[in-house]
Amino acid sequence: MAALEEEFTLSSVVLSAGPEGLLGVEQSDKTDQFLVTDSGRTVILYKVSDQKPLGSWSVKQGQIITCPAVCNFQTGEYVVVHDNKVLRIWNNEDVNLDKVFKATLSAEVYRILSVQGTEPLVLFKEGAVRGLEALLADPQQKIETVISDEEVIKWTKFFIVFRHPVLIFITEKHGNYFAYVQMFNSRILTKYTLLLGQEENSVTESFTASVDRKFISLMSLSSDGCIYETLIPIRPADPEKNQSLVKSLLLKAVVSGNARNGVALTALDQDHVAVLGSPLAASKECLSVWNIKFQTLQTSKELPQGTSGQLWYYGEHLFMLHGKSLTVIPYKCEVSSLAGALGKLKHSQDPGTHVVSHFVNWETPQGCGLGFQNSEQSRRILRRRKIEVSLQPEVPPSKQLLSTIMKDSEKHIEVEVRKFLALKQTPDFHTVIGDTVTGLLERCKAEPSFYPRNCLMQLIQTHVLSYSLCPDLMEIALKKKDVQLLQLCLQQFPDIPESVTCACLKIFLSIGDDSLQETDVSMESVFDYSNSVHDEKMEEQTEILQNGFNPEEDKCNNCDQELNKKPQDETKESTSCPVVQQRAALLNAILHSAYSETFLLPHLKDIPAQHITLFLKYLYFLYLKCSENATMTLPGIHPPTLNQIMDWICLLLDANFTVVVMMPEAKRLLINLYKLVKSQISVYSELNKIEVSFRELQKLNQEKNNRGLYSIEVLELF
Amino acid sequence: MGEFKVHRVRFFNYVPSGIRCVAYNNQSNRLAVSRTDGTVEIYNLSANYFQEKFFPGHESRATEALCWAEGQRLFSAGLNGEIMEYDLQALNIKYAMDAFGGPIWSMAASPSGSQLLVGCEDGSVKLFQITPDKIQFERNFDRQKSRILSLSWHPSGTHIAAGSIDYISVFDVKSGSAVHKMIVDRQYMGVSKRKCIVWGVAFLSDGTVISVDSAGKVQFWDSATGTLVKSHLIANADVQSIAVADQEDSFVVGTAEGTVFHFQLVPVTSNSNEKQWVRTKPFQHHTHDVRTVAHSPTALISGGTDTHLVIRPLMEKVEVKNYDAALRKITFPHRCLISCSKKRQLLLFQFAHHLELWRLGSTVATGKNGDTLPLSKNADHLLHLKTKGPENIICSCISPCGSWIAYSTVSRFFLYRLNYEHDNISLKRVSKMPAFLRSALQILFSEDSTKLFVASNQGALHIVQLSGGSFKHLHAFQPQSGTVEAMCLLAVSPDGNWLAASGTSAGVHVYNVKQLKLHCTVPAYNFPVTAMAIAPNTNNLVIAHSDQQIFEYSIPDKQYTDWSRTVQKQGFHHLWLQRDTPITHISFHPKRPMHILLHDAYMFCIIDKSLPLPNDKTLLYNPFPPTNESDVVRRRTAHAFKISKIYKPLLFMDLLDERTLVAVERPLDDIIAQLPPPIKKKKFGT
Repeated sequence: MAALEEEFTLSSVVLSAGPEGLLGVEQSDKTDQFLVTDSGRTVILYKVSDQKPLGSWSVKQGQIITCPAVCNFQTGEYVVVHDNKVLRIWNNEDVNLDKVFKATLSAEVYRILSVQGTEPLVLFKEGAVRGLEALLADPQQKIETVISDEEVIKWTKFFIVFRHPVLIFITEKHGNYFAYVQMFNSRILTKYTLLLGQEENSVTESFTASVDRKFISLMSLSSDGCIYETLIPIRPADPEKNQSLVKSLLLKAVVSGNARNGVALTALDQDHVAVLGSPLAASKECLSVWNIKFQTLQTSKELPQGTSGQLWYYGEHLFMLHGKSLTVIPYKCEVSSLAGALGKLKHSQDPGTHVVSHFVNWETPQGCGLGFQNSEQSRRILRRRKIEVSLQPEVPPSKQLLSTIMKDSEKHIEVEVRKFLALKQTPDFHTVIGDTVTGLLERCKAEPSFYPRNCLMQLIQTHVLSYSLCPDLMEIALKKKDVQLLQLCLQQFPDIPESVTCACLKIFLSIGDDSLQETDVSMESVFDYSNSVHDEKMEEQTEILQNGFNPEEDKCNNCDQELNKKPQDETKESTSCPVVQQRAALLNAILHSAYSETFLLPHLKDIPAQHITLFLKYLYFLYLKCSENATMTLPGIHPPTLNQIMDWICLLLDANFTVVVMMPEAKRLLINLYKLVKSQISVYSELNKIEVSFRELQKLNQEKNNRGLYSIEVLELF
Repeated sequence: MGEFKVHRVRFFNYVPSGIRCVAYNNQSNRLAVSRTDGTVEIYNLSANYFQEKFFPGHESRATEALCWAEGQRLFSAGLNGEIMEYDLQALNIKYAMDAFGGPIWSMAASPSGSQLLVGCEDGSVKLFQITPDKIQFERNFDRQKSRILSLSWHPSGTHIAAGSIDYISVFDVKSGSAVHKMIVDRQYMGVSKRKCIVWGVAFLSDGTVISVDSAGKVQFWDSATGTLVKSHLIANADVQSIAVADQEDSFVVGTAEGTVFHFQLVPVTSNSNEKQWVRTKPFQHHTHDVRTVAHSPTALISGGTDTHLVIRPLMEKVEVKNYDAALRKITFPHRCLISCSKKRQLLLFQFAHHLELWRLGSTVATGKNGDTLPLSKNADHLLHLKTKGPENIICSCISPCGSWIAYSTVSRFFLYRLNYEHDNISLKRVSKMPAFLRSALQILFSEDSTKLFVASNQGALHIVQLSGGSFKHLHAFQPQSGTVEAMCLLAVSPDGNWLAASGTSAGVHVYNVKQLKLHCTVPAYNFPVTAMAIAPNTNNLVIAHSDQQIFEYSIPDKQYTDWSRTVQKQGFHHLWLQRDTPITHISFHPKRPMHILLHDAYMFCIIDKSLPLPNDKTLLYNPFPPTNESDVVRRRTAHAFKISKIYKPLLFMDLLDERTLVAVERPLDDIIAQLPPPIKKKKFGT
């Protein structure tokens, strides 16, 4: 990403910049030092990192510098031209420009151009070019005229292309632009006419160029605010012929078309250009960096004090005149990748690496490396001798098991697992079980037809697995709708996430009765409710009174009449289990599972309404069964508790109340539940009232034990 | 072993005062406890939590703050505006100094122990310099606008935190100016309470200030920025106290609901360095407000309105899992508040500000074990003797003949002569007590009631001759030169020849009363004496120590008896050593010289020296009478310790005559019934 860093001012000394700004900023032979030539009489050498001038040279009063000072990289001397024709050469030690080498030329100099690795070139205003050395050998030599009358050089740049110097300069004559390319190795000068294209009346304000193998890419910023590109071939096909070049639009409306101040453009690298100017007519001037490849604005910096419309770029520094002082803005363009931008790390997976076991055996000390391995081996050998199980001596049973899993048939795996489980008490039992399950599940995922159900059941029943060890297990079981396995998981795993619990619940509620009949779910939590139906009717009255649930006394409920119309229906509904026994067993497994309300509630909302009503009916039925006996428990080995039932009723209603309340078939259920809650509240309020009486009774009881404040008793000590 | 008629007395209407402050001293492993009546008690946690010293209370001195400073100097401050220092050797108040800031609500000693800070009603925080023999006012800190209820020093001693009403101030000690003022939220469960009282603050070395307040919050503040870092709402009522462990890795708070919460600094994940304060354990050992908590290195200590002092060891800090790791609940004083006149069957009960004299009833019926006999005459309340002045009674005694009553407060000694004419009693005060009998720590009459022995707080023992209605000072045993240790326990031999006296730490001195000179000193033992008595005829001195050891020392022979040596050699039964209340009274059977009768708060025991000692395998206490076992079995299993746990909590037990015992019980329920009602919590529903 291209980025502009914090700007800094190079000197607090106000440069005598004219209305056109500075003459130029040029590199010196030291990387950090730059020659700044103002439009008056002074050349200053700045060290940028220190932000201070190292030297300053001025020409005499009355003289004026006409060409920015440059450095001759081959000699380390500085070259400047004043009064158009007078050439001065000096170095750091010189103090007075009057006393340094002086050469008076025969023609006016437009610019001296110097780049690293070659001698400086002198471009005369008439278009002629000379090497500095050749010129100094005979300063008064005749300078020919290359360009026509009234043609004015606008801009020039000096490149090294394939170790050959190439000079390009642009001239203008009556609104037409011409580009001249001077190849120094062949001394060929090629002239091109730059065609304007559509935008006839626009004036080109600023040029920049970069070299790309065969072409010089000349970019120009026009007064309409667009950047155009012209590709100039370095090796012209026919140098004699006058050729035309067409500009193409590169970027549109980078700066405001009718900018008051000058605009400037400079190429930063292949893809980026810096543009100085105001982006909108009224706004302040900005330095903006554009990516021309993606046509995007990368960054911009506001320059509120205005600029002279000049911009130089050397190394990593952008120079401009901001207000009255020379400002430097460091520019950086670091290589960026999309992955880096998104914060992702690239990581390469080495396919050859050995897969480390995911399971840590806490019962054996870790980090012992080989020693640990060996001791394990020997222990196993000892045990094998003891129990005399014939196994191949080299391969431990766990490894054998794992290899079996990867290849063999379900039947064979089952046999192997059973064999391994029979050995049970190996020290790495936990890890082997873990690895086995992961292995099986991986194969399940790879081969859709492979589903070693019995094996998985056996492994779950070892009590060493948990959801977090093998999250895929339940996922696969859910996919296969294997309710038996799911029930087992719900019973065995302590850490099932609420979303998975809910997914199980969905399946348990939606699975067809006929398919349930075939399954072999564990029924221990379900009591055969149908058996107790006979003596139900006799008990009903007493049981209800016992727990304070008495619908007959509920007078304020206007729905009662409706209910009373079909009392038979009601009794039927409350006394017969709304679900088949298998489903009841599955739902009980859900009731027993641990959950956190906040995480469960959002998932419960996804369950279809008719399933919710079914579950609620079942829960209500369980509640009625619960309240049948005084201890408020359900019969059976491992039945759901009253609290679990109540909590789930609350949860379901919380999650789906608006849905359930709109369903006509759920109406009676809701009324019943409402009465249930009401009766509970009244029971508790009664209990609170009774508590006081109980306490009095307790006090009375204490006093009975308390044999008064004084008594004489008989004590015999043995 | 024996059949006794037991007068089971439950009319001793004793209610301990609520605990106001506790202060733990790490150096000596002692705990100072102050009660709402101004009493200050010192418990020695190393000596089986024995209450070894106490300073009697005073009506106008409500202690609000208690702290140790300068090593082992104890200071208290209270609502009378005075700071007091206690003399732990002579067991009196060294001096009291008015802080001139109105009632004092809080006090804290600087981490170095050389400075004392008090927070006053008028909002001032005053700094005192502790000089070797006094304290000296140094300066005031910036005055706050309301009372300073809690204070805490930063461990470096450069800053303090002061809790007030609605805000906490942080002061710079050097400048005395408030650096930060942290406003405490008044909101309580969404309802704005009138005021939020900051009951306690604790300043940690990392700059965190922990505050507890009346809105039920425990809050963590950053004292550098004055911002609230974390808030725990832990109670529906006030959180009244806080104490931080020295390591600053755990602290304890007490709430008005009687719950004590333990907070610990635990790592966020199992192996990270980042730690956070987590509420780890709640304890509900109190029914009422927990007014104060302390944090010893191994235990949480709490006390409050329900008068129990609870010491809850932290299991993770206890190295050996022995009986010390068990919860201790101390309710009753470890000294005797009751004396008894055997001849007239009278009981004298000592209360804070009055004495009660009761005559026991009688019966003619007989019965078998466990029977309650019909009373032919009920117990009578004969006398209610109120003290003059605001001071609490230190000690009292009735003579065996029942015709003398003596008691003492801090400044006065009272002696009364009782005359019995049929059913009427007349009481006459013996006037003109000599000046040296100003204050007594222990009073004892000789068996024939002719002599009075008084242990004064100057360390001297006075012998006074009583005859008719007058008295005569016979002798004073002066303390050995250089010691000022007060004697707290006295025992006289039935023949009146020997007097044994014990201080809080040094050994037991035995004086010859006839020759009026020191006879011998029983070798010093590591643990303080809790009770002692001299046996008739043999003149063996039986001494019980707080570590539950019992020694028998022959005064004439000046050496331990053979039985005592045997016991020491074999050792006591482990269950005997694990009892958690000290033996407070020892007596003897006049006809059975081999028997020693002793009791603590939860059991009564007769030691039969003629029987073999129990070893750890035998059953120490068998609550059921042996029924169908043959005599052989019974004889084989019989051992020296005959224990009864029927009467509890047992405050006093003595032998009236050969076949009659008197047991004074104080059921806890009766005490609770006299306390203000606790905060009611709903039991049912929501």
